[in-house]
Amino acid sequence: MGAAHSASEEVRELVGKTGFSSDQIEQLHRRFKQLSGDQPTIRKENFNNVPDLDLNPIRSKIVRAFFDNRNLRKGPSGLADEINFEDFLTIMSYFRPIDISMDEEQVELCRKEKLRFLFHMYDSDSDGRITLEEYRNVVEELLSGNPHIEKESARSIADGAMMEAASVCVGQMEPDQVYEGITFEDFLKIWQGIDIETKMHVRFLNMETMALCH
Amino acid sequence: MLRAALPLLGLPLAGAAAEGEPTQEPGAPGEPPPSLALFRWQWHEVEAPYLVALWILVASLAKIVFHLSRKVTSLVPESCLLILLGLVLGGIVLAVAKKAEYQLEPGTFFLFLLPPIVLDSGYFMPSRLFFDNLGAILTYAVVGTLWNAFTTGAALWGLQQAGLVGHVKAGLLDFLLFGSLISAVDPVAVLAVFEEVHVNETLFIIVFGESLLNDAVTVVLYKVCNSFVEMGSANVQATDYLKGIASLFVVSLGGAAVGLVFAFLLALTTRFTKRVRIIEPLLVFLLAYAAYLTAEMASLSAILAVTMCGLGCKKYVEANISHKSRTAVKYTMKTLASCAETVIFMLLGISAVDSSKWAWDSGLVLGTLVFILFFRALGVVLQTWVLNQFRLVPLDKIDQVVMSYGGLRGAVAFALVILLDRTKVPAKDYFVATTIVVVFFTVIVQGLTIKPLVKWLKVKRSEHHKPTLNQELHEHTFDHILAAVEDVVGHHGYHYWRDRWEQFDKKYLSQLLMRRSAYRIRDQIWDVYYRLNIRDAISFVDQVGQQLVVRGQKGSRGLTLPSMPSRNSVAETSVTNLLRESGSGACLDLQVIDTVRSGRDREDAVMHHLLCGGLYKPRRRVRAGELRMQILEDARERQDKEVFQQNMKQRLESFKSTKHNICFTKSKPRLRKAGR
Repeated sequence: MGAAHSASEEVRELVGKTGFSSDQIEQLHRRFKQLSGDQPTIRKENFNNVPDLDLNPIRSKIVRAFFDNRNLRKGPSGLADEINFEDFLTIMSYFRPIDISMDEEQVELCRKEKLRFLFHMYDSDSDGRITLEEYRNVVEELLSGNPHIEKESARSIADGAMMEAASVCVGQMEPDQVYEGITFEDFLKIWQGIDIETKMHVRFLNMETMALCH
Repeated sequence: MLRAALPLLGLPLAGAAAEGEPTQEPGAPGEPPPSLALFRWQWHEVEAPYLVALWILVASLAKIVFHLSRKVTSLVPESCLLILLGLVLGGIVLAVAKKAEYQLEPGTFFLFLLPPIVLDSGYFMPSRLFFDNLGAILTYAVVGTLWNAFTTGAALWGLQQAGLVGHVKAGLLDFLLFGSLISAVDPVAVLAVFEEVHVNETLFIIVFGESLLNDAVTVVLYKVCNSFVEMGSANVQATDYLKGIASLFVVSLGGAAVGLVFAFLLALTTRFTKRVRIIEPLLVFLLAYAAYLTAEMASLSAILAVTMCGLGCKKYVEANISHKSRTAVKYTMKTLASCAETVIFMLLGISAVDSSKWAWDSGLVLGTLVFILFFRALGVVLQTWVLNQFRLVPLDKIDQVVMSYGGLRGAVAFALVILLDRTKVPAKDYFVATTIVVVFFTVIVQGLTIKPLVKWLKVKRSEHHKPTLNQELHEHTFDHILAAVEDVVGHHGYHYWRDRWEQFDKKYLSQLLMRRSAYRIRDQIWDVYYRLNIRDAISFVDQVGQQLVVRGQKGSRGLTLPSMPSRNSVAETSVTNLLRESGSGACLDLQVIDTVRSGRDREDAVMHHLLCGGLYKPRRRVRAGELRMQILEDARERQDKEVFQQNMKQRLESFKSTKHNICFTKSKPRLRKAGR
């Protein structure tokens, strides 16, 4: 009885902190236990148990995002070794759909949070700028699924994208000016026209726990 | 085909006039000896095709005349003008020939006029948007149409029982039959009106998708009610109802299956047309038309078949066929569809004039108008309320208003009502008149008022921006992230299945259906990149050209030219015009510059040589025309600039290694030689 009582206390706490409903928290908890093999924390290796993730070209970046301290709100940079359930929920909260009841300000805040998550994915060295190298990295990974597009082309695409981003963010440039990289403000500018808040979410309403292959 | 066209067209005035000049038969007894006739009037031999061509010509000329006045076309949608023109023409024909010729015959309509429009819309349907909203579309198409049909039919019957519909002799089944054919939203009308209104894409795709997919429901309802009416309401048994429901699935799924089979065939055939490029457009049209006819033959939903065919084959066909074929297909489809639409609206107007076909009953007409508007609005509200529980982006009230108001009826309803058998359905004439009024009302009144309504309600309009490279990249990243999160969470949601489908497609389908060269570099990011590169190269040439021209005038003073071109800064210099005129929108064939014999030869030649020189050497001398972006961390000026030029060169060169069949490669060796 005592254990059950304290469990629901925890759930209530988590509901308060992350904004998920208690049903969703229960389901996510079950999934967490499956992934972690009934351990209290998850490490990077546990993600190998999700078979479908292997086919994803940007797998490493995504897994990394789960352990990124910036996403976990634990620090300005670096990677955690393992995450507990609360951290898991924190990451998941980036993908919650926008509530119809939210007002303009909250929507704006939500949008910034989601964009920040994306930004952290691109900016792997945590210096607050997406440099050309990092962008190239992302594009190479994205196109790695297609074996016939060479690395050269991937690099050129990244360069082109970077130039485009620079033209959007900075406009006219002096001949000696060097474009350092995309900062978060620039990133927001690029995304201005697009409704990320409506695109970036996963429906948590009905979930069936999937069997993992061991 | 001529034989079929003949009865459709009847004898025109000219034909009547020409009757009096038959050719002399040689050797007939009692006639003057035959001499060589200098000129013979052969009207009968060319009658049918001549008339067809003449009508289409009249319609097209009318369109030109309409568009002469900007003011009129911004206020009044084209479809209204065409219907009114049809009315006028019908009136003229009626007055002169004393009987109404030229009707919108259901045979012509379903076999020749409707397929091009449906094919065009199916082929150019944005498939991603379509499948994202498929749930909503299917709900409105199936549930909505059924709701509309039953409620309208029942309400009209109720009206008759109440005695307000005096002369019409019809039972419940007849009214249900009428309800089923008047309740379907019409793709032609929706396209014609919404095209000019430019609402946001989600709204458009939902209304338009509904109008396409409800064809299956309409076909089934119509046939079922028609056969029930023919059997007589007393003979209908429970099993017939069940068969009716089953036939809904058979018709819709069967139609879709036929479409997909033909899409597969089409994609497969275009894989092998490398040596016979000239027949590629023909193949596309023929196989799509065959899909339509096959579905029609098997009494399945032909519209669904063509839509699925277009949706399914587009990706593979576009990858396989040559650039010129792609353009040919696109323009021919658009022309055919536009032409068919024009003719349909005109014929609608003309057919309305024939009063022998209709009988007026005010109660029925008014009742129908009121009911279709009311029940559509009610249906939309109810369904949206349910859908919003499941949708990611809820449809708000304004969207619902536009959706209910945009439920236009059109030529399909008219063709179906003409097809009714008067012996079985004695009230046919009343139904015809009502249908004509309804169609006219929706196209004219609703068509006229929807633009101001949209503006007044401040509906979100579509933003036409070309996809930037960044957006394309990010969208792909998104899809992968969301798929991954769904995997981690263990939730088989939409993204999961879409990802699965893309894997399957990549591994099996694309390999089978796409030409090897196309398959290798098939990637959306690549496509966007390619298009952007072409555009950048063109504007680069423009800038260099500008700089050249000014340089010639001002000496060697430095210039400030815009930096890396934003979308709008492509200057209209001679090169761009040349490239556009030669029709090579995406074929940067520099040889075009060489061979043009215009007054600007010298400038063009200089530009050409500059490009040869400039692109492949460090351009120390051409400072002012350079693009000013430097994006490397290393701040060493000159090296940075050169590396950037190398970058540009690499981008252009990377085409050579991955895409063999574009014009660029032909000019490459020449550039190389000149540049060395």
